[in-house]
Amino acid sequence: MSEKLLEVKDLRTYFTTIKGEIKAVDGVSFYVNRGESLGLVGESGCGKTTTALSITKLLPEEGYINSGQIIFDGKDITHMDERGLNHLRWKEVSMIFQGAMNALNPVQRVCDQIVEPILLHEKVTKKEAMERVKELFDLVEIDANLMYSYPHEFSGGMRQRAIIAMALACNPKLIIGDEPTTALDVMVQAQILDLINDLRRKFHMSMIMITHDLSIITETCDRIAIMYAGKIVEMGSTEEVLLNYLHPYTEKLVNAFPNIYKERKMVDSIPGVPPDLYDPPIGCRFAPRCHKRIDNICDNQEPYLIDYKGNNHYVACHLRRSYNG
Amino acid sequence: MGSNIVEINDLEVSFKIKQGFIDEYIRRKKKIVRAVDKISLNIKKGEIVSLVGESGSGKTTTGRAILQLTSLTGGEILFDGQPIELSNKQYMKRFRERAQMIFQDPYQSLNPRFTVFDIVTEPLILTRKKASLVEKEMLALEALEFAGLKPAIEYLYRYPHELSGGQRQRVSIATCFIMEPDFIVADEPVSMLDASVRADILKLFVKMKNEKNTSFLFITHDLSLAWLISDRVAIMYLGKIMECGPSDIISGGCLHPYSQALTSVIACVGEERRMKRIVLKKETPSPLKIPSGCRFHTRCPVAKPECSKLEPEYREISPGHFVYCHYPQKLQ
Repeated sequence: MSEKLLEVKDLRTYFTTIKGEIKAVDGVSFYVNRGESLGLVGESGCGKTTTALSITKLLPEEGYINSGQIIFDGKDITHMDERGLNHLRWKEVSMIFQGAMNALNPVQRVCDQIVEPILLHEKVTKKEAMERVKELFDLVEIDANLMYSYPHEFSGGMRQRAIIAMALACNPKLIIGDEPTTALDVMVQAQILDLINDLRRKFHMSMIMITHDLSIITETCDRIAIMYAGKIVEMGSTEEVLLNYLHPYTEKLVNAFPNIYKERKMVDSIPGVPPDLYDPPIGCRFAPRCHKRIDNICDNQEPYLIDYKGNNHYVACHLRRSYNG
Repeated sequence: MGSNIVEINDLEVSFKIKQGFIDEYIRRKKKIVRAVDKISLNIKKGEIVSLVGESGSGKTTTGRAILQLTSLTGGEILFDGQPIELSNKQYMKRFRERAQMIFQDPYQSLNPRFTVFDIVTEPLILTRKKASLVEKEMLALEALEFAGLKPAIEYLYRYPHELSGGQRQRVSIATCFIMEPDFIVADEPVSMLDASVRADILKLFVKMKNEKNTSFLFITHDLSLAWLISDRVAIMYLGKIMECGPSDIISGGCLHPYSQALTSVIACVGEERRMKRIVLKKETPSPLKIPSGCRFHTRCPVAKPECSKLEPEYREISPGHFVYCHYPQKLQ
């Protein structure tokens, strides 16, 4: 058994539209070790969710994987058929979707919805499965008597807990959280993040956390990958990336969040808008918005992701082509 | 004090809940939600005051009540030192000019069939009905320019769907700005925006405050943003202000257990956390059944038996720093 649970190599996911092809994910490579959590961060429209949907093959009709490889637990799942995928989803990889409000079916009781994946994947009777639901409810700290309720009887935080219970139902090896706490209140968000952290440690699960909020990453992730316009621009351990950032985009992003313990100064913004992914810039995709741009280099040549200091801190920037102390 | 643009005294806003026929007309039961329960707050001229709280705490209702967009159940609101004369049409017209609102969702607050020019100049119907097209265009250009849409002429005849979220929010701000208001209620103006454009919008508020002496009630759920741009901050929970003081209290000066819990879970990007996390257990009670005594006692980590019986006073601990708690203390 290798150390890496999931490895994505040079993944390219495109969308076909009338106007042309959108290169939503364009050459993304990363890995997730066993028991590790990776944060995928970026602005809206940078391809974080598309990356996650490519892994679970839940892409909408127009989307397809153009090239690249996804290796999960030693198996290549890039071109897996529907049958294989049915085994994979829930049992091996499960997903916590954005917006708990809409992820549950409003006309079905919560327990019936959670029981469904258990019955599909495990050889158990309905009664045993219901027992399992009860355990899950205890695990996510909801009163087990409430499992027969309908989703509208739950508050936002409880629905999100129910979704987490569902994701855990078949003991998956990898959980993908797509902005799992975005719509929640600050205190509920703290509760849910604590819960996710505890459960992950308890079951030694791996996780990919997709978010645009860097402070959530600080709380939950071991490693972090910063995405911009369909590419990873920087990747490394959370501390290393957020404290000793190498890419100008990361720098801007980190400075866009206020720090209440420092001197009160206005946060940074990034001028301009992300590029059109129909026709991305030839050179570095961040070059048009970059404050450290070098003319004739950044807008002509594409930078590659390199291990800059040799400590697994990768960066794709012309300013960081070789390490010079 | 004459320097207050808005003064709220014991403001109360309740909503009646619709019920079934039997409960409503035969049993004559009444279900009432007290969205805002006797709060007092003042906003000085040229000051940004943040109102922070979770959803359902009554912060938006407070903002709407100030602008007379919802009727008050009790208490009074003074605008520029005088009570708002609802029945005086002339006065209300002037009031609607001087007090403006910016809404949360720029994807829904702009009419999709209007061009930016139509949107920005629509409020002029109120003040300059007879202005010529050229005059209106000049005003619109100036407002858009101020809101950071440069060159303004390029945006004037676009439709909202052609703009990004940040640009739409700038259009809302331009619409506000064209009336040259004295007071703006900004209801979660940046919560739908990416972190990368958030700062620009906030800078605009500070610019308006500095250049035009505009006052703001900045409604947000994000304490770190409140700390960043406001002069004072008020923290609400279930319709009451729990703590109110200079915004510096957020970085470690809070005395109410609720605000301390809220500030303790703020994560600082790329830094060790300085405060121990206090994560409150359970859920916020329903505003239909507000707990007796101190309404926070069901979740308070340091609640004492008498907290569930006696309602605490809204006390001034140090000048300008009010706390609604029997035992204000530092938890760590």
